[in-house]
Amino acid sequence: MRGDRTVSAARNYMRMEFPNLPENVAFARTTVAVFASQLDFTLDELDEIKVATSEAVSNTVIHAYGKGTGQVVVCCQIFPDRLEIEVTDEGVGIEDVEKALEPAYTTVPEERMGLGLVFINEYMDALAIQSQPGQGTKIHMVKYVRAPRPDGV
Amino acid sequence: MEIYHQRRGTALLVTMKGELDLLTAPIFRAQVDQELETYERLANLILDLSEVDFIDSSGLGAILGRYKRIRERGGKLLLVNAQPQVQRILELSGLDKIMPLFPNAERALEHL
Repeated sequence: MRGDRTVSAARNYMRMEFPNLPENVAFARTTVAVFASQLDFTLDELDEIKVATSEAVSNTVIHAYGKGTGQVVVCCQIFPDRLEIEVTDEGVGIEDVEKALEPAYTTVPEERMGLGLVFINEYMDALAIQSQPGQGTKIHMVKYVRAPRPDGV
Repeated sequence: MEIYHQRRGTALLVTMKGELDLLTAPIFRAQVDQELETYERLANLILDLSEVDFIDSSGLGAILGRYKRIRERGGKLLLVNAQPQVQRILELSGLDKIMPLFPNAERALEHL
C-alpha cells in the first residue's frame, strides 16, 4: 500500500481480508495490535492502535455495505519510525468526508455517537480518508514511535 | 464478553467482563433493557467496568443509550472502577461529565 509515499521501504507488512462481520472487529484490532508490537510502542499506544482499528473496521460493518456483506481489507506496514494502517472497503462510500469528521455527526442515529473518526484523529498521528459515493472507502492511519530505537530497528 | 446483573433495591447492578464493542454492545443492551422492562421499580443503573479491558464508540453508544432510558425514569447511571484506557475514552467522549465514577459498587449504591 502506498509504497510511493515514502523513500524508505517498509520493513514488514501484512494484509488481511475478511467479510464485514461484527465478529471480525475484535479479530482485526487484536491482530493489528500484535503486529504493531514489533515496534517500540508503549502499552498505552498499542491500546490507541486497537481503538483506532476497531473504529475503522466497525465503520465498514455499520456503513459500507448497507445491510449486506462485503469485503474489508486491512493492510499494515512497519517502518523504522512508524506503523501505517489502511482499512479499505468497496462499499457505498462517504457522501461528505468533511462532515463525517465532525464530532457527533452520524448517518446512523440509533445509539451511534459519531465519535469513531474523532477517536482515530485523537489516537493516531495522521488520518486520511479517500472516498466517493459508490466507490468504497479507504482509511489511512499513521502512528509514530515516540522513541525509535537507536539502531533504527 | 460476560455480563452479570443483580437487582439491589431500585438499582440494577451490571458487571461486565471483556470487551465492549460492536459485537458485544447489543448483548449488553438487550440484557439491561430486558431487566428495565420487566422491573418497573428499577430506576438506577450501576455499571461495574473493573473487568472491561476494551471499549470503543460502539460500547459508549450502548452505555449512552441506557443512560437516556434511565433518565426517562428519573434515575441515575453510575460507573464503577474503569480501567485507565476505558477512563480515557470516557473523558474524550465527555460521558464522564454525566456519569459519575465510583471506586466500588457499594460507594455507588450509597450515592443513590
